[in-house]
Amino acid sequence: MIMRPSREVGIVGYGAYVPRYRLPAEEVGRIWGGGQAGYPVREKSVPGLDEDTTTMAIEAARNALRRAGIAADELRAVWVGTESKTYAVKPTGTIVAEALGATPHTQAADWEFACKAGTEALQAAIGLVGSEMVRYALIAGVDAAQGRPGDALEFTAGAGGAAYILGPREESLAYCEGSLSYVTDTPDFFRRAHERYPSHGGRFTGEPAYFRHIERAATQLMQELGRKPADYATCVLHQPNSKFPARAGKALGFTAEQLAAGMLVSDIGNCYAGSSLIGLSAALDRARPGDRILLVSFGSGAGSDAFSFVVTEAIEERRNRAPLTWDYVRRRHPIDYGTYVRYRQKLRMH
Amino acid sequence: MRLAPHWRVRAQRLQLRGEVCQCCGERLFPPRDVCPACHQPADKPFAFCGEGTVYSFSTVYEAPKGYERFGPYTIALVRLKEGPLVTAQLTDIDPADVRIGLPVEMVTRVLREEGEDGMVIYGYKFRPVLEREAAREEARA
Ligand SMILES: [Zn+2]
Repeated sequence: MIMRPSREVGIVGYGAYVPRYRLPAEEVGRIWGGGQAGYPVREKSVPGLDEDTTTMAIEAARNALRRAGIAADELRAVWVGTESKTYAVKPTGTIVAEALGATPHTQAADWEFACKAGTEALQAAIGLVGSEMVRYALIAGVDAAQGRPGDALEFTAGAGGAAYILGPREESLAYCEGSLSYVTDTPDFFRRAHERYPSHGGRFTGEPAYFRHIERAATQLMQELGRKPADYATCVLHQPNSKFPARAGKALGFTAEQLAAGMLVSDIGNCYAGSSLIGLSAALDRARPGDRILLVSFGSGAGSDAFSFVVTEAIEERRNRAPLTWDYVRRRHPIDYGTYVRYRQKLRMH
Repeated sequence: MRLAPHWRVRAQRLQLRGEVCQCCGERLFPPRDVCPACHQPADKPFAFCGEGTVYSFSTVYEAPKGYERFGPYTIALVRLKEGPLVTAQLTDIDPADVRIGLPVEMVTRVLREEGEDGMVIYGYKFRPVLEREAAREEARA
């Protein structure tokens, strides 16, 4: 079931982005109640009035380019995975590519698969580079998620993401040993066209959706690679709240220490298509050459993509060419619920 | 719906791309094809690095049409590292924290939207330079 390209491929550059504003869960609880049994996250990131998926993807991608040290016009693909596109029709990828200076000889498209849109693009980019069709391809997983006011998702629906440039293994700061997907038709979470907010299946989102897909994908990949949890320095899972990845990680046999470096959800919320990918950027920020990192995404609908990466010597020199993930997480400006309602345009004036 | 005027300036707005004079080396922003210093033709594209400092500023409380939802916001004259002065909105900062000489960096943000069914216009703004752990470590070393 494992997928591997004919030419070995790795990450040659990566970059993160998180907006400046934070909405503490207590502030949502103050307005809507809840929290008696604790909150699903401590706080979540909120985009400013002038930010959206496109602007966040641009900053993450610029950081990835700085780390890669290549010229923007060497990119042959600029792919954005998101479930909060700026336009319903018009690719985010074209605007990101133009801002980077990657136009005109590049592919540019948006990918869709709920929260695993970004890793879906990552797998495809590995194929594109691995087939030697192109030398470099950029992918981003970014979201500015919206929760219906008063819904459980409002505590967690955050904003942010990360971008990756894939290239030949020899130039990489972490190369991919293999990846694998596990997909079924599961209606755990969806949004119909023209609806502003999504519908979710409550308890149904846990067992048959998140846990089943993450655990099967991770187990199968490790089995086929002949690896066990102890072989990994870090395991990064999709993070819809702080409990789910902690429980799934434990069930897979990972310790809290192995999960810690990639766990950001309590500080920035669920970044949807950006969630597991920004977890990976935080893990790379702290990685040492020779470290193995397991990455497993989850997207409702439903599916998981699992990847096994090995960090190379190049990480040490490239890490500080761009801001670290925690430089953005630490840039924290708390806001109250009223400001949040204004920033997220939840008041319809017409 | 006005589309062409935005389309024509996309490189300058999205990449902070100006021009450099091949006679005297002057850097031009916005691009205007004639060097203001030596009056020779200057049309070689030049991408500015995006770093600069606040030269002067003013906070807008009564925003013009199209910008109402961003108010109050601060407009600044930013002195780019390469020389030119650029007028741009500051972002990710409270108006009370702006000061002359503040180091800033270029980010791409939403400038405005042409209504709910119109174009979203992106372009450069400037924010305070992001504090970086790596820079602090270097300073300590
Ligand atoms: Zn000149």
